[in-house]
Amino acid sequence: MGKLITFKGRPDLKVFQMNYKSITALVLIALIGGLYAYKKGAFEFKNDEYATLALPETVDYNFHIKPILSDKCYTCHGPDANKRKAGFRLDVQESALSELPESPGHFAIVPKNLRASKAYLAIISDDPTVQMPPADSKLALSAYEKKLIKKWIEQGAQFEKHWAYIQPQKIALPKTLNTWGNNEIDAFVLKKLEEQNMLPSKKATNETLIRRISLDLTGLPPKPETVSQLLAPASQDTIAHIIDTFLASPAYGERMTQSWLDVARYADSHGYQDDSYRTMWPWRDWVIHAFNKNLPYDTFLTWQLAGDLLPNPTKEQILATGFNRNHPITQEGGVIQEEYRTNYVLDRTNTLGKGILGLTLECARCHDHKYDAISQKDYFEMFAFFNQVDEKGLQMDAVQAKNQAFFADPPFIQVSDDETDGVLSFINMKNIPKVNVMVMNDSAPKTTYILNRGEYDQPTDSVLPNTPKSIFAFADNLPKNRLGLAQWLTDRQNPLTARVFVNRIWAMLFGKGLVETSEDFGVQGSLPTHPELMDWLAVDFMEHDWDIKYLLNKIMLSATYQQKSELRPDLKKADPENIWWARAPRFRMSGEMIRDYVLATSGLLNQEIGGPSVKPYQPPGLWEETNAGGNRGVLTNYVQDQGPDLYRRSLYTFWKRTLPPPNMTIFDAPTRDFSEVRRQKTNTPLQALVLQNDVQILEAARVLAQNLVYEDPNSQDYITDIFKRILVRSPNEKELAALSNYYQDALKGYERNRVEAEKLIELGEYPRLDTDAAKTAALMLTAQVIYNLDETITKE
Amino acid sequence: MEEQKKENPLKVNRRHFFSQLSIGIGSLALGSLLIPDLFKNGQMNLGQQPLGIPHFAPKAKRVIYLFQAGAPSQLETFDYKPMLRKRMGEDLPESIRNGQRLTGMTANQEKFPLMPPAVDFRQHGQSGTWISDFFPYTAKIADEITVIRSMHTEAINHDPAITFFQTGSQISGRPSMGSWMSYGLGSENKNLPSFVVLTSRGKGNSQGLYSKLWSSGFLDSKHQGVLLRSGKDPVLYLNDPEGISRSEKRDLLNEVSALNKLHHVETGDDEIESRIAQYEMAYRMQMSVPDVMDISKEPKSIIDLYGEDCQVPGTYAANALQARRLAENGVRFIQLYHQGWDQHGNLPNEMAGQAKDVDQASAALVLDLKQRGMLEDTLVIWGGEFGRGNYCQGKFDPANYGRDHHPRAFSIWMAGGGVKPGLNYGKTDEFGYNVIENPVHINDFHATLMYALGLDHEQLTYKYQGRRFRLTDVAGNVIKDLLA
Repeated sequence: MGKLITFKGRPDLKVFQMNYKSITALVLIALIGGLYAYKKGAFEFKNDEYATLALPETVDYNFHIKPILSDKCYTCHGPDANKRKAGFRLDVQESALSELPESPGHFAIVPKNLRASKAYLAIISDDPTVQMPPADSKLALSAYEKKLIKKWIEQGAQFEKHWAYIQPQKIALPKTLNTWGNNEIDAFVLKKLEEQNMLPSKKATNETLIRRISLDLTGLPPKPETVSQLLAPASQDTIAHIIDTFLASPAYGERMTQSWLDVARYADSHGYQDDSYRTMWPWRDWVIHAFNKNLPYDTFLTWQLAGDLLPNPTKEQILATGFNRNHPITQEGGVIQEEYRTNYVLDRTNTLGKGILGLTLECARCHDHKYDAISQKDYFEMFAFFNQVDEKGLQMDAVQAKNQAFFADPPFIQVSDDETDGVLSFINMKNIPKVNVMVMNDSAPKTTYILNRGEYDQPTDSVLPNTPKSIFAFADNLPKNRLGLAQWLTDRQNPLTARVFVNRIWAMLFGKGLVETSEDFGVQGSLPTHPELMDWLAVDFMEHDWDIKYLLNKIMLSATYQQKSELRPDLKKADPENIWWARAPRFRMSGEMIRDYVLATSGLLNQEIGGPSVKPYQPPGLWEETNAGGNRGVLTNYVQDQGPDLYRRSLYTFWKRTLPPPNMTIFDAPTRDFSEVRRQKTNTPLQALVLQNDVQILEAARVLAQNLVYEDPNSQDYITDIFKRILVRSPNEKELAALSNYYQDALKGYERNRVEAEKLIELGEYPRLDTDAAKTAALMLTAQVIYNLDETITKE
Repeated sequence: MEEQKKENPLKVNRRHFFSQLSIGIGSLALGSLLIPDLFKNGQMNLGQQPLGIPHFAPKAKRVIYLFQAGAPSQLETFDYKPMLRKRMGEDLPESIRNGQRLTGMTANQEKFPLMPPAVDFRQHGQSGTWISDFFPYTAKIADEITVIRSMHTEAINHDPAITFFQTGSQISGRPSMGSWMSYGLGSENKNLPSFVVLTSRGKGNSQGLYSKLWSSGFLDSKHQGVLLRSGKDPVLYLNDPEGISRSEKRDLLNEVSALNKLHHVETGDDEIESRIAQYEMAYRMQMSVPDVMDISKEPKSIIDLYGEDCQVPGTYAANALQARRLAENGVRFIQLYHQGWDQHGNLPNEMAGQAKDVDQASAALVLDLKQRGMLEDTLVIWGGEFGRGNYCQGKFDPANYGRDHHPRAFSIWMAGGGVKPGLNYGKTDEFGYNVIENPVHINDFHATLMYALGLDHEQLTYKYQGRRFRLTDVAGNVIKDLLA
């Protein structure tokens, strides 16, 4: 590429001389790299990169100003009273526009008067004694941010309530230049697209849509016979019919439950130190049932939060409250009871925040929230709702629990086999005579105190159950208990509950929400890309009585949802992150969905619903290597199941919190130590290894291959058949040619070496059929190629 | 574009950029362009550079953390307290306990009789470091190590305490320190993960380990610790099944690649290119990991140095040797866990066994790194999650006693990577109960470790749920006295 040159008489001067080509190449690489980095915002640290960016016509407080104030100023001039400096705050208008407590006669912000606005003078000052934010905060405003604030003050320094705390309204559909789309959603999307000079994509093919809708609604690929039925020319209003078909499938409830289990931090073990067994699976069976029955979301929440407090509660309603007992529970001998009991109540409070309200409530556990208008007092008022349970920090240690077969800490209910013949028929008892499930009660009323720094042993002032006024006031007529809390949550005036849920459904279908930070609708969270659409959907959802199937149907019927997912060259430039939805998304499925996909397409899937969790294949030794040794609890050794239980859907895979199934966590499943609402979508070498070498997948490839060879030992259509089975479409010519060549080469290899072929097709416990070993092995590898394709594990 | 987004463009933070990179095709070219060994030009401007670059000149490039899980007693390792023998059996004075909360295991004891160590202590090396006779090999490297006797924490139960040490918080869900280092410094080897975990089991009373200890929390999961296991499948799913040869595997991957490329053209989605690259890395790992794990070419002198056990896969000694090999291959953070240090009873016997498991190999690792010139830029740390009480747990029997958890004072050692060799830092009172000089909190320890790696603990942040998180949360001071 180049050479080192030394100058005569100047041995100290050395120059690395490159030839012309390599210089050009380097410059080009640097240019492309720089451009790419710039597009991605890599140079945030160079303040002036954005200095030339045009300012908006009208500066919007919520969208432009508050993100700056919150990120750069609230730490000292925000909601946290204890950390507030100079006695003034910028998060509320009255304070920001009032006389400065420490500088009489001066004001932080004077609308339309820059020279009198001390805060503005401070942020543009170079004088270290005046400058804001101060140097030691390690925060700084960019030139662009300063200009925004300047313009905002010039335009009158309008404050607004945080967007997410304002009750959503259905506004009139926007006027668009063109007509496009099927329903209201499309009008909002098209409006934004037109603003960006972008065009929506064409409708995807019916084949693609069947696969997409099937994955979204059932978490499974469509069966070949379903595909041919749905594609039959006779079927009218095809897409609506497809959606209805999958919404009616029992697999729908399983798919929805899969996502809810992350929110509910469901696990089959207690977590913490010994991480022994618990029996919460009947609660999981209830969730499946609830989704399949299409229980309205407000009822769904009410039963889970307060089913036990309803008048004459049914056993089903009490069972639903298991939601708030899914948190980790310690079984470590020698813990301090109150420390752990407090942890459980904290967990419930945080889960309510993150999982249901989209608020980072936990930030206010130790001090007033730094960014959102939630004080530490607000936090413990919420905490008080969950603090009345008759429970202990430590009921018994793991060894005792094992000896007494004690798998549910009080309070619990007992479900007997008889009951599941009747009202609780949705629980799959699998011949177990009875099972205990942890539930909630309010049998141990106690006073709640604000805990200094959130520490269990530092109580300060007492508080009563209440909700933060900044969000939505708690009506006087509501009972001050969890039932009242549920009513407050599901009140149509609550600005958050419906928005947060609608956004999560959107994220489930589109890969990311209209608010990207599904867990945080607060001041520091992302702003909605389509605020009017989000509000319209939220209100529409409530107007339709929180009907989840209605909501899904609505979104899926939109042209926005039904677009092709290809990245058109123009979109690649204009909107690489697909913020404006000029195409459908394309993203990797979850670990559970991938495993289920493989089981279903291979024909191995066992469709049994519910019951105790199962232990399919897992690399040996994982539990054994890290357990506490000996007899500490019942989950020290992994005893793999046999037969049909190896092929259950992944939501039934046994979840041990300290070592969750690796073929799920490698695909970004959370540990379930706490509530999680958003998974990452990474792309790593370990995922490639799972897809290549997990017995579960290799066995599926083998079974698929051996069945085809068994059915017709001399078929000419193996490749097409296997391709269609897995990808739900026919291969094109190139694909068919490539795979056929691959199969033929592999076949030749295995015909020469049948011993190796025999070894390969021994994989997995599923019985072998009497088929030609070389053919089966070669076809198995061909299936394995297809299972490893990006398209296979991607929802398109 | 940014303007049209209606959102402040500067809200896109710098790590967002890198997470974007990791997805797109750009990661391949740009990642190496922007994150080469940038440190050659000396000091960088604080806070003005992207990730993958230290904030200032690092003393260490990598860390080997020999975590002694369960919490070894400081009173039988490095904190010599002859007073305990003089006042053996006397009740722990309330003036010393001073309200310290106790675990439920001893909180109800009527008495807290002081218990002297069952082992003798001697001073070693020019530094005159006090080390118990349980650790004869460590004694020989007394002048290479820095012993800190003034560590303290708040947690008194294993789970929160070990979580605190590994993630900077007692609350689950934060990234492990290895993940933070991977996030802050990037990888030095394309074929191996930058954060690797090895576990071994002692014979003493042990506590379980949890994968959350090496989780990347809210950081990108590529920073997650990869568990390297003994046995034939060192990385989960690494081995191809029987019946597929290496060349057949290559054919299969070529086929996958070719079809993926066709689909890339159809969809225009560069994520597919990234997937192809991940498959290639996986293929390379299938070679590189067994290569690193294969100790068959280690000479006898090395086997003798670490002790015979190092040939038995899964032992602490084998893992220590493995740690050196991983360090040589550019792994950034190598985390060992040795279980079995929870001596609530039978302490004299159990600790002798535990010490025998780890003593020789820990010292060997330091010596081995030194002889290869790697000790100067490798930071080795040895220690547990808290200390143990100076009073007897259970029946008072100097030959067979236990010690309960103790958060207020405990000892660890560090070596290499810019720490002062032969230093004895911090003091406890005569009872070995309270720190009386130079306390080092876990946050301080993290800040110092990061400093040694060239990272400012206040600068390396990640914004999650609106808050800038740090390994040191809101505390931590760099203890410069520890650094050379």
